[in-house]
Amino acid sequence: MSKREITLSINGTQYAVVVEPRKTLVDALRDDCGLTGVHVGCEHGVCGACTVLVDDQPVRSCLMFAVQAQGAQIRTVEGLAHDGRLTALQQAFMEHHALQCGFCTAGFLMLATNVLEQTPDISDEDLLDVLSSNLCRCTGYKNIVAAVRSVRDAIR
Amino acid sequence: MDTPAHHELGSGQETGEFIGRSVPRLEDPPLVRGEGRFAGDVNFPHQLHMRVVRAQVAHGRIVAVDTDTARAMPGVVAVWTGADVADIPPIPYRATALKGLDPYCQPILAQEKVRYVGEPVAAVFATDPYLAEDAAEMVGVEIEPLPALLDASAEPGEFSEGHSTEPAVIRKGYGDVEQAFAAAHAIVELDLSIGRHSGVPLECRGAIGRYDAAHDVLEMYGGAKKNHWNRDEMAKMLGRSPSRLHVYGDHVGGGFGVRGELYPEDVLVCLAAYRLRRPVKWIEDRREHLMATNHSRQQRHKIEAAVDADGRLLGIRNRIYHDNGAYVRTHGARVADMAAGLLLGPYRVPAYSVAAHYRLTNKTPCGTYRSPGRYETTFVRERLMDAIAQRLELDPIEVRRRNLIHKDEMPYARPVDALGTDVILDSGDYAGLLEKSLNRIGWEQARAEAARRKAAGELVGLGIAMFVEKSGLGPSDGVRLTVDTTGAVELVTGAASVGQGMETVLAQICADGLGIDYRRVRVVHSRTDLIEFGNGAHASRVTVMSGSATQIATRKLREQARQIGAEMLGVDVGEVDMAQGCVFRVDRPNERRIGLDEIARYVHASSRTVGRRTPGLRAEGWFYSDHMNYPYGVHIAQVCIDPGTGLVKVERYLVAYDVGRAVNPMLIEGQIVGGLAQGIGGALYEAFTYDESGQPLNTTFADYLLVTAKEMPERIDVMITEDAPSPLNPLGLKGAGEGGTNAVGAAIAAAVDDALDSPGFVKELPITPISILAHLEARQAGS
Repeated sequence: MSKREITLSINGTQYAVVVEPRKTLVDALRDDCGLTGVHVGCEHGVCGACTVLVDDQPVRSCLMFAVQAQGAQIRTVEGLAHDGRLTALQQAFMEHHALQCGFCTAGFLMLATNVLEQTPDISDEDLLDVLSSNLCRCTGYKNIVAAVRSVRDAIR
Repeated sequence: MDTPAHHELGSGQETGEFIGRSVPRLEDPPLVRGEGRFAGDVNFPHQLHMRVVRAQVAHGRIVAVDTDTARAMPGVVAVWTGADVADIPPIPYRATALKGLDPYCQPILAQEKVRYVGEPVAAVFATDPYLAEDAAEMVGVEIEPLPALLDASAEPGEFSEGHSTEPAVIRKGYGDVEQAFAAAHAIVELDLSIGRHSGVPLECRGAIGRYDAAHDVLEMYGGAKKNHWNRDEMAKMLGRSPSRLHVYGDHVGGGFGVRGELYPEDVLVCLAAYRLRRPVKWIEDRREHLMATNHSRQQRHKIEAAVDADGRLLGIRNRIYHDNGAYVRTHGARVADMAAGLLLGPYRVPAYSVAAHYRLTNKTPCGTYRSPGRYETTFVRERLMDAIAQRLELDPIEVRRRNLIHKDEMPYARPVDALGTDVILDSGDYAGLLEKSLNRIGWEQARAEAARRKAAGELVGLGIAMFVEKSGLGPSDGVRLTVDTTGAVELVTGAASVGQGMETVLAQICADGLGIDYRRVRVVHSRTDLIEFGNGAHASRVTVMSGSATQIATRKLREQARQIGAEMLGVDVGEVDMAQGCVFRVDRPNERRIGLDEIARYVHASSRTVGRRTPGLRAEGWFYSDHMNYPYGVHIAQVCIDPGTGLVKVERYLVAYDVGRAVNPMLIEGQIVGGLAQGIGGALYEAFTYDESGQPLNTTFADYLLVTAKEMPERIDVMITEDAPSPLNPLGLKGAGEGGTNAVGAAIAAAVDDALDSPGFVKELPITPISILAHLEARQAGS
């Protein structure tokens, strides 16, 4: 299959990559850009481990082709901390023991970062609705929900 | 989910600064930054990618495998079929007392026959994962179908010539069962089934093989659970000495029993790396995972209890049909063995006999899944206790009270074995925890509230289940501590991490013994090249075994530091003490305090002061255990059923769990709530089902339903107690990995029965909406 030259804008940095049109965004992020913080959990859009933000929308990067992300602003977990300083959400995940194996964590962080940016006053019920779009097999979710709520409450 | 965690921590125990404290995890910072290193993140220059071609029929004879087209495709370096690996023996199993399972072990690529959908038939090696997948599609597999055997309680068939699909019947028992049943006031019989579930970690499996020809060492990356055993067995299979084959584990995206066993793909990447002289990477996809990684749980029990007029157990007869899937995998018959040996739980049973029919079917092979043999048998035993209560018109809690083993009877030797060790319940106050649990949830009040809602037309119910877990499986584990010249400690262990937080826990134990900050301890695990022996991470063993080894090593290190410190101070060792990581004279504690860094420099191999002694500040500790220990707990569930859809909503849940000694309560609670989620999955949502030809029907997350945040109970309460420290290790530790899962099926079943006012309704897990709707409809039709 013939390859295409594209440029991906990720966390404010431009990445020139050469990919087949069929290459998924998650594979391009991981294999071509070296951003392995995004994870592949199911490759059919259910688990959300590959969640990244594309133009401020949470996206299953296993369901998007890399070529479709050209021209968009992509944000991944690697772009959350600034100058080594973790975001409040990253901090809250640690404080609330919201991760065990850590495989789903990046997806949850991106999902929750987006929802708190877009809807900082989100209700408990709606927040639970949003957070139930990703899967975690370790924590039973209690501490993930608590961590995100704590950051929301601090913003309020 | 607002209920704050409350920990009933026992008093009067010596606690240092860290043991018993919910300190943040050492594991977290790289994981929240996206800087973890999971199997998929491991890459080597010039690596090849492996794609496995899998059987698409459940049972059949291989007629031909055509690899020509695939081999000719660009980027394809090799395509292997069974013939290419016929010289490699099948994957062995960890034997219990039961031997002779070898004819049933799985080859790394199918030889002559395929026995389940998903079985590896061929392997394609290509320069790019997409190309490997393209080429795999072009491998032509011709199979002559044979009838598929799918029901383990049906008559066994033929596995191979001279071998039936029932490799063994495990029989255990004691006491005069016939007499017990002859003398019974009543006999209660049940026929109960547990569905096929699995751990389903969020990260699929992965393995990267690499042959380092320059040093003649074969390496496998992606290790998780049993690194040393896998290394040793793989070395045998590949004809290498173990010191020339090493397994490396990095971050692991969840274990739960299934991950990190020795699978065909692990051997294939290592063999291919050696033969093809290039690194070989294999990452499982989710569809493969759901049909190729171990399943677990599926078994049927025909059980009967003989009871006296007061509901006291006189004897139990238990027949198990255990569906192990297509092959004997690395666990051998362990799950069936545990189900047979551990069913009796917290109750006094004077006579017991069990026959566990360990059988093979044409489905995905099975292994362990969190609380193996206990999730199943707690469901069965607690259903039985409820049925006894129903038959004798007694309160289910009262029936339990009358049968519980009393704390004064501890240690309680039960004359059966499990996993090759005698079941000796080491400590426990079962009745005490039952009362604490009832108080904690406000049982009477909760009953009254449920009754009020029922009267208003809601289908609300409460269920309770008791259980005994097991943890701390031996035989041994070791820890090596080395202090560097800055005073930082490196702790090397043969245990493994599957995300549970073991690095933090071992660091806490070590730090307490030395009086240093736990963040000064770096825990190194899952590397066979750094420590000769190890037993990995499973069976809730790490805190108990490696935690105890850490304590032993730390004591030795402390002693050594005191010796050297005394020498540096010019006094006798009896005149110094150690605190806050410093050695000082007892009579002048504030004068000169010598830190671990100073001591390490003093005995550095190139220091002037080392003399002729073995250099370095270091110690090694080994802990051995012949017996498991037995944590225990109580689960209480409150459910509400939607009469329109038949959906069961778990509204409220209490897990009370006695862990002996809690090193880090936050992590224990995390284990319990996570385990609860998986238990709820098994009780209500998760099941691997097959059509009549053996095609798996649950190969995506749209069909195999994992619990999301929405399905979790709104009110979760975890009560951790330390009433019964284990006498089997110095800290009194018991494991915490599986107590959150163990009794969920049992408690929810009881709650559903109660909600429907239909005692004995639940006979099978998972409880499906369709079965509830059918029950409601039948009831309406009958009324």
